[in-house]
Amino acid sequence: MILFEGPWTFLSVATLVTMVAVAVSILVASLRVMRGPSLPDRVVALDLVGLLAVSVISVMAVATGKPVLLDAAIALALIAFLSTVAFARFIEWQGEKAE
Amino acid sequence: MNWIDIIAGVMLLAGSAFVLVSAIGVVRFPDVYMRMHAATKAGTLGAGLMLGAASVVFGELGITVRSFVVFFFLLLTAPVAAHVLGRAAYYANVPRWERTRLDQLAGRYDEADATPGDLARPAGRGGDEIPYP
Repeated sequence: MILFEGPWTFLSVATLVTMVAVAVSILVASLRVMRGPSLPDRVVALDLVGLLAVSVISVMAVATGKPVLLDAAIALALIAFLSTVAFARFIEWQGEKAE
Repeated sequence: MNWIDIIAGVMLLAGSAFVLVSAIGVVRFPDVYMRMHAATKAGTLGAGLMLGAASVVFGELGITVRSFVVFFFLLLTAPVAAHVLGRAAYYANVPRWERTRLDQLAGRYDEADATPGDLARPAGRGGDEIPYP
C-alpha cells in the first residue's frame, strides 16, 4: 500500500472511500445472488459482481502503484463475460428440456 | 496536491457512486429485466470511470492503452451479455412485474415449442399486432 504510507492526501482518501463503496456494493449484490427468486436474477447479480471485481482491481492498481494488476482485470472481464453467456445458454437449454 | 490527483480522485468517487447505485438497483428493482438495466449500464460506467482514474494516475501510454482496452471490452460485452441473458429469461418465463404494460414479443415466438431461433413471424411487417392494453 504505497498510497497509505505517506500523509493523507485527497487521492488516498478518495481511494479509501472508493474501496469501502465497492466492498459494500459487492455485499449488496451478493445479497441478490443469495435471495434471487429465479436463476436469471442470480446470474445478473453474478455478472455485476464480476464487473465490481474488475473495478476493485483497478482501484487496487491505483492504491498500490502497480499497473501490472490491469492485466488481471482483462482476464477477469473475459471470464465474467464467458460465464454469463454460458449461464444464459444453460437457462435456454433448461427451458427447452422442460417443454 | 496537484491537478492529476484531484482529477483521479474525482473520477474514483464518481465511479464508486455509480457502482453503489447499480448495486442498490439490483437489489431494489422488482423485475429481472429492470435489474439487468441497473446492473449493465450504471455498473459499466462506474467500472469505466475507475479504469480511467487508473490511467490518469499512472500517466503512461502503455497503461492508458491497457485500461482503455479493458473499458472497451466491457463496453462491447455488457450489451451482448445482457441481450443473451434477457432472451434466456424470456424463454424461461421469468415472471414480469405485475404492472408491466407492453410486451412486444408476445406473438412473435412459437408458443407450442419455444425453441430458440424458431420465430413465428406475423404476416406483414409486424408491429401492428402488438397487444397494447
